Amino acid sequence: MKYKEIVTVISQEQIATGIYSMWIQTKDIAKDAVPGQFISIYCKEGSRILPRPISICEVDKEADTLRIVYRVVGKGTDEFSKFSVGETTQVVGPLGNGYTLENRTALLIAGGVGIPPMLETAKALNFMGVKVFTVCGYRNNELFLKEDLEKYSTVIIATDDGSVGTKGTVIDAIKESGVEADVIYSCGPTPMLRAVKQYAIENDIICQISLEEKMACGIGACLACVCKSKEVDDHSQVHTKRICADGPVFYAQEVEL
Amino acid sequence: MNLGVNIAGVQFENPVMEASGTFGSGVEFSEFVDLNKLGAVVTKGVANVPWPGNPTPRIAETYGGMLNAIGLQNPGVEVFCKRDIPFLKKFNTKIIVNVCGKTVEDYLEVVERLSDEPIDMMEINISCPNVKEGGIAFGQDPKCVEAITKAVKAKAKQPVIMKLSPNVADITVMAKAAEAGGTDALSLINTITGMKIDIHKQTFAIANKTGGMSGPAVKPVAVRMVYQVANAVSVPIIGMGGIMNGDDAMEFILAGATAVSVGTANFMNPTATMDVLSGIENYMRMHNVEDINQLIGIVK
Repeated sequence: MKYKEIVTVISQEQIATGIYSMWIQTKDIAKDAVPGQFISIYCKEGSRILPRPISICEVDKEADTLRIVYRVVGKGTDEFSKFSVGETTQVVGPLGNGYTLENRTALLIAGGVGIPPMLETAKALNFMGVKVFTVCGYRNNELFLKEDLEKYSTVIIATDDGSVGTKGTVIDAIKESGVEADVIYSCGPTPMLRAVKQYAIENDIICQISLEEKMACGIGACLACVCKSKEVDDHSQVHTKRICADGPVFYAQEVEL
Repeated sequence: MNLGVNIAGVQFENPVMEASGTFGSGVEFSEFVDLNKLGAVVTKGVANVPWPGNPTPRIAETYGGMLNAIGLQNPGVEVFCKRDIPFLKKFNTKIIVNVCGKTVEDYLEVVERLSDEPIDMMEINISCPNVKEGGIAFGQDPKCVEAITKAVKAKAKQPVIMKLSPNVADITVMAKAAEAGGTDALSLINTITGMKIDIHKQTFAIANKTGGMSGPAVKPVAVRMVYQVANAVSVPIIGMGGIMNGDDAMEFILAGATAVSVGTANFMNPTATMDVLSGIENYMRMHNVEDINQLIGIVK
């Protein structure tokens, strides 16, 4: 079930350069949210007409609150970063399908602002009693969400500049650490996802990846945010799937990156 | 209060529809909007065979609007008839099917396939700026507009709406050509061709380079064109272009539109259609008007 709600900002905090963490009070959205889903947040400035799709980082179902951690990349996210506590805005969610959580050793692989959805994923898998490893790729030593992730998983770090952990990619860090698992859950930039898919194929590991694309409606109607599918998709009747409605999480072999 | 309007013999409960391409076939928006409360559902364009659409990115936001170049991705008329029409028949609303094609034969194939389906009207998209063949190519030449209108009218069992492009020097020429071809109604405007450059990536913001501009920024252009066409032809007009609320809709109705379509606003607010409807009702109460038909085209 998707809801359109006016939500209230509970907290807003900058946790790294250009990265913000915001908790919002929802009515029903948090109750229905699962790891890997996203919400559409709408700007209040009327010249910005499209919602911004942002992944759900953490959920508190009892309090019906949820957390997003996002990077300021343009005027819309800049507007969000200036929302103060008590301010309200329109949100639609939860949207998309989320990860299919399996009761087997998990390897979470994420880069940059692909890291936030891993927190709720790690939390849920940990709650199921699954052993969780999280491999995070950062630009530098600004390791946002690392301590949160450590509550639920063993965290392995890769940095672009080599300031912490393995210097290089998340795949370099996996190889260096020798970590092994049964299921991969991944989110991050497309080049990273391509490498993760390749790694999963080479090692014969089930792999779920979360994709992103410019979105308009966010609910599957406008066909803006499509990705290429390996097979003819039942809904589209062509080789495309809707990231917002059929995804954002896909099995890596379903889609062409 | 009477909100009912009649277009080519089809009676609509109210004048609020949504614009083709912004609403799919209504399935996704039905989680937010009671489709029974819409005057009509106008479906996304459907072709004779499935179309894959354009590469991504397909959209970009612009100031007070957006560009899109979806490329009329659609599952083809067969799947549409088996899946989407039965879904829409569950609701007490009118069904207007938008038809697209690359050649006259493509359009006619869809029109014929739809002729015995339980739909109320067909809207012929001769104005899509985002597909190389067909679409806008038909909509920019009055001889083509008249010929395709005639050809469609000869096959169609339901009343026909020709959807006009704003990307012409004089839209009344196209409107008159469609009227000469025998169209039952007109809808306008489709999107305005635009472009956005991503200055940091130093490339086009959408993969198709150009896209169709829509949203509140285009509304004055759309109102002007609806006014011009309303004063040039006698067939009814469905007006659209940047309608966000009831006041916007009233501009189109006062300019000469019998009905209005809500497009890009659906992205800004999934219940925008209902806001437009209640806004029109509020306007009528405020101005003490009993029948919406009394307001159509009264600004001269």
